[in-house]
Amino acid sequence: MPEQPYEPERAIAGTGMGGTMDLGASEAVTLDRTPGGPAGPGPADRPRSLWSDAWRDLRRNPVFLVSGLIIVFLVFISLWPSAITSGSPFTCDLAKAQDGAQPGHPFGYDGQGCDVYTRTVYGARTSVTVGLCATLGVALTGSVLGGLAGWFGGPWDSVLSRITDVFFAIPVVLGGLVLLSVVTTNTVWPVVGFMVLLGWPQISRIARGSVITVKQNDYVQAARALGASDARILLRHIAPNAVAPVIVVATIALGTYISLEATLSYLGVGLKPPSISWGIDISAASPYLRNAPHALLWPSGALAVTVLAFIMLGDAVRDALDPKLR
Amino acid sequence: MAAGVEPILEVCGLVKHYPLTRGVLIRKQVGAVKAVDGVDFSLGKGETLGIVGESGCGKSTVAKLLVRLERPTAGAVKYKGEDITVLSGRARKEVSRNIQMVFQDPYTSLNPRMTVGDIIGEPFEIHPGAAPKGDRRRRVRELLDVVGLNPEYINRYPHQFSGGQRQRIGIARGLALRPEVIVADEPVSALDVSVQAQVINLLDRLQSEFDLSYVFIAHDLSVVRHISDRVAVMYLGRIVETGRDTEIYDHPTHPYTQALLSAVPVPDPGARERRERIILTGDVPSPTNVPSGCRFRTRCWKAQERCAREVPLLAVPEAFRGTSGPAAHASACHFAEEAAPVPGKGSGPGRHGAPDPAPEKGNGPG
Amino acid sequence: MLLEVRDLHVEFRTRDGIAHAVNGVSYSVEAGETLAVLGESGSGKSVTAQAVMGILDVPPGRITGGRILFRGQDLLKLKGEERRRIRGAEMAMIFQDALSALNPVLSVGDQLGEMFVVHRGMSRKDARARAVELMDRVRIPAAAQRVRDYPHQFSGGMRQRIMIAMALALEPALVIADEPTTALDVTVQAQVMDLLADLQREYRMGLTLITHDLGVVADVADKIAVMYAGRIVESAPVHDIYKAPAHPYTRGLLDSIPRLDRKGRELYAIKGLPPSLMAVPAGCSFNPRCPMAQDVCRTDEPPLYEVDQQRGSACHFWRECLHGRRG
Repeated sequence: MPEQPYEPERAIAGTGMGGTMDLGASEAVTLDRTPGGPAGPGPADRPRSLWSDAWRDLRRNPVFLVSGLIIVFLVFISLWPSAITSGSPFTCDLAKAQDGAQPGHPFGYDGQGCDVYTRTVYGARTSVTVGLCATLGVALTGSVLGGLAGWFGGPWDSVLSRITDVFFAIPVVLGGLVLLSVVTTNTVWPVVGFMVLLGWPQISRIARGSVITVKQNDYVQAARALGASDARILLRHIAPNAVAPVIVVATIALGTYISLEATLSYLGVGLKPPSISWGIDISAASPYLRNAPHALLWPSGALAVTVLAFIMLGDAVRDALDPKLR
Repeated sequence: MAAGVEPILEVCGLVKHYPLTRGVLIRKQVGAVKAVDGVDFSLGKGETLGIVGESGCGKSTVAKLLVRLERPTAGAVKYKGEDITVLSGRARKEVSRNIQMVFQDPYTSLNPRMTVGDIIGEPFEIHPGAAPKGDRRRRVRELLDVVGLNPEYINRYPHQFSGGQRQRIGIARGLALRPEVIVADEPVSALDVSVQAQVINLLDRLQSEFDLSYVFIAHDLSVVRHISDRVAVMYLGRIVETGRDTEIYDHPTHPYTQALLSAVPVPDPGARERRERIILTGDVPSPTNVPSGCRFRTRCWKAQERCAREVPLLAVPEAFRGTSGPAAHASACHFAEEAAPVPGKGSGPGRHGAPDPAPEKGNGPG
Repeated sequence: MLLEVRDLHVEFRTRDGIAHAVNGVSYSVEAGETLAVLGESGSGKSVTAQAVMGILDVPPGRITGGRILFRGQDLLKLKGEERRRIRGAEMAMIFQDALSALNPVLSVGDQLGEMFVVHRGMSRKDARARAVELMDRVRIPAAAQRVRDYPHQFSGGMRQRIMIAMALALEPALVIADEPTTALDVTVQAQVMDLLADLQREYRMGLTLITHDLGVVADVADKIAVMYAGRIVESAPVHDIYKAPAHPYTRGLLDSIPRLDRKGRELYAIKGLPPSLMAVPAGCSFNPRCPMAQDVCRTDEPPLYEVDQQRGSACHFWRECLHGRRG
């Protein structure tokens, strides 16, 4: 916005006071370093909000575009793996076990003689589902419980804090072995449920602390003095200001969940063959690391790119939601 | 306040104690922070009441009680004769339209993730009756104009403004619902000197323009004097002296007021030698452990046995009853005198060195 | 001359460009003298003090020019170790926020004693005894009992006394106090300023008092340097400046204080805002806010004109200002 000296048209009459009446109205905005930036060059008539401004910001952010593209692609191949591969992940030929790349089989073969490319593509569905659902479940449960504990405080908070302590004490792998060994269905849902069960306290703690910090700000008091309801204060004032650390931790946790699925599958309590997941493939390929590193490399690479994409996305979203960084 | 005029706001026996508890699951009350401990005052229409006092005296708690951010332990806040502390739901929300607050810290009192338009427009969303939906944007721009900010700034975020400009935004938000009373809690103390004057002038102008009544809370005595019609001096949860501004500033009769006034640095180096300062010893006692009788006696050079026994009432002291001079105003001291003899160096609890009157427990709520 | 700052320049490199925090500041302090550096936030008063103390954060800060002479020796030319030895022993600093300047997990006795252990090589026991002595000297009641207490157990005023005790422990020749009483209440502020003034007289220290409070300055200072946008715009003995300021900024500040005789009338307010240090206006940095500004003010940066032997004003129209004509 161009720095235009602004003179109020309204005469300040009727005060009957002498002297110069300069309201400092021609004050320049001191930190206006983004000409045509957030405030935009256009007329100021269209109301803006945090979300619309964040979206404007994100659309122009290369980090967001790249990570978004990767994630869209991952979701696409999870839904329609056959769109980019013609083979079947189950047609394996032991004779070709551990062979390298060949025409039509760019990633080579794994220890069982299955095509690594096809399996990596088909594995995306499980891994992305587990990662996304577990993260969403953990983030929602954790931030709601933690947020409410931080907001209401008192005995609610004490009880919840003790419960999170208890959950923190449960060793993940041992807990998985015990809880998941009784499950007989071979779907991702018991695994996701287990992750949410053990994962929410981590987010809950962060959300609680974040809400307690935000709650002390005067703007919360100001809203209350205006007669705002608790729901309004939570949604308009607390949530947008408390969400940043939750996003960061949740996106980092997403990678952990995908790898945890692999660990559990390796231990035989996660998914069992014939299910396909990057985790299963990574653990299956690790004994052949010396002879057939490619069988390990490709699913690991896919995992790394996925995790990175989500972390980048989280970072971009967090930054976009902070007007100070624009 | 002119006699016979119904006060717009009346505070009677206001008390706020914060319980101190121990234990995690089973909580046991082990004491109370007596932040406000029996405060009475009234505010007339178009009047400014200044409340001065040091940190921990309870002046900010009074502000919170007035706008119902806190529930009083006892006492009443009457708006046009109706006790608003017992209201709830719709009636309470309706009253909140008429008593608004301006906060001290312009950096934490505006949500950093809302645009200025949303911040000033929020009152209209909470009270949809105050302005029809299509008209709100226009009203917000008008408010920006009223407080001397460019209406084009409506889509900016708070961090793009300086402290003084942010305080103007906070004032615009407070004005949105056309309240009759504005409670301003240290509205200029976070601002630079040159910007303070701008904001004080703005508050002054708004008062006459919108016929506002102010409760102006501050620790800066000269600012309070400039803006107030009447002044109340608070110490440790109570008002110790109250009267018209000239009565308090030129004819104080309570020793605490006298000490407070004498301690204010005067921007006149020539006065350095002439001035006789009363340097109080020690710190304000903790509000969890309030001295018996007169609260100020532990730091007072006039204190006698009677002060520990009897709580002095806030009334015109006997010595001045019947007189009509400026010293005849309410002062809660058994030994109220107009011009206090300044304690000589080394006599009595003199200038320095007396032990702390009460164990310190950090800072109480202020 | 105890301390002489000559044409000091400090800049900060930030994401958004270079902020010129200090642009050619010169001042001096003699033993037993109190210099008040007066300015608003962003005027560069604290940065100057940090540069003198050698506690400027580098990066992002950088001293790009000037000299800091302490007893004739240029501090900027000293090596880290030599500089460190001067700091604490020869010059000390008192901060605004005593709670964050004191270490919360060490008792005040340990923190005070530390000075003697490190700089004087005393034993722990002797150091503890000296700590009690110091606490006594800054008038902390029951020092011998309270020496084992932790900072949070003291009130704000008492903590500021402990800070003062720490600063004075090794009897430095120069003390820099950065807003020492801003966080304190009026009655406590009076106690602390009183104490500081007494101790200064006793030790004949040079004191640099950094503040924004015109009242405090009038109470204790011998001379004043008024800073604006990284420059000294006026320097003068304290009596002169309050009687007749020779710079419109100083005049504006003095006029904007609420006073008895102007009650009920509008306060004089300096219009506008202090400039961003990224974009200090050309010419005189005060010109956009100045009621006296002429064309020359927008093009030529005024030097510090000599008003008389002891006074300087960086205003092209200091004569007019001195004689009370405004705009």
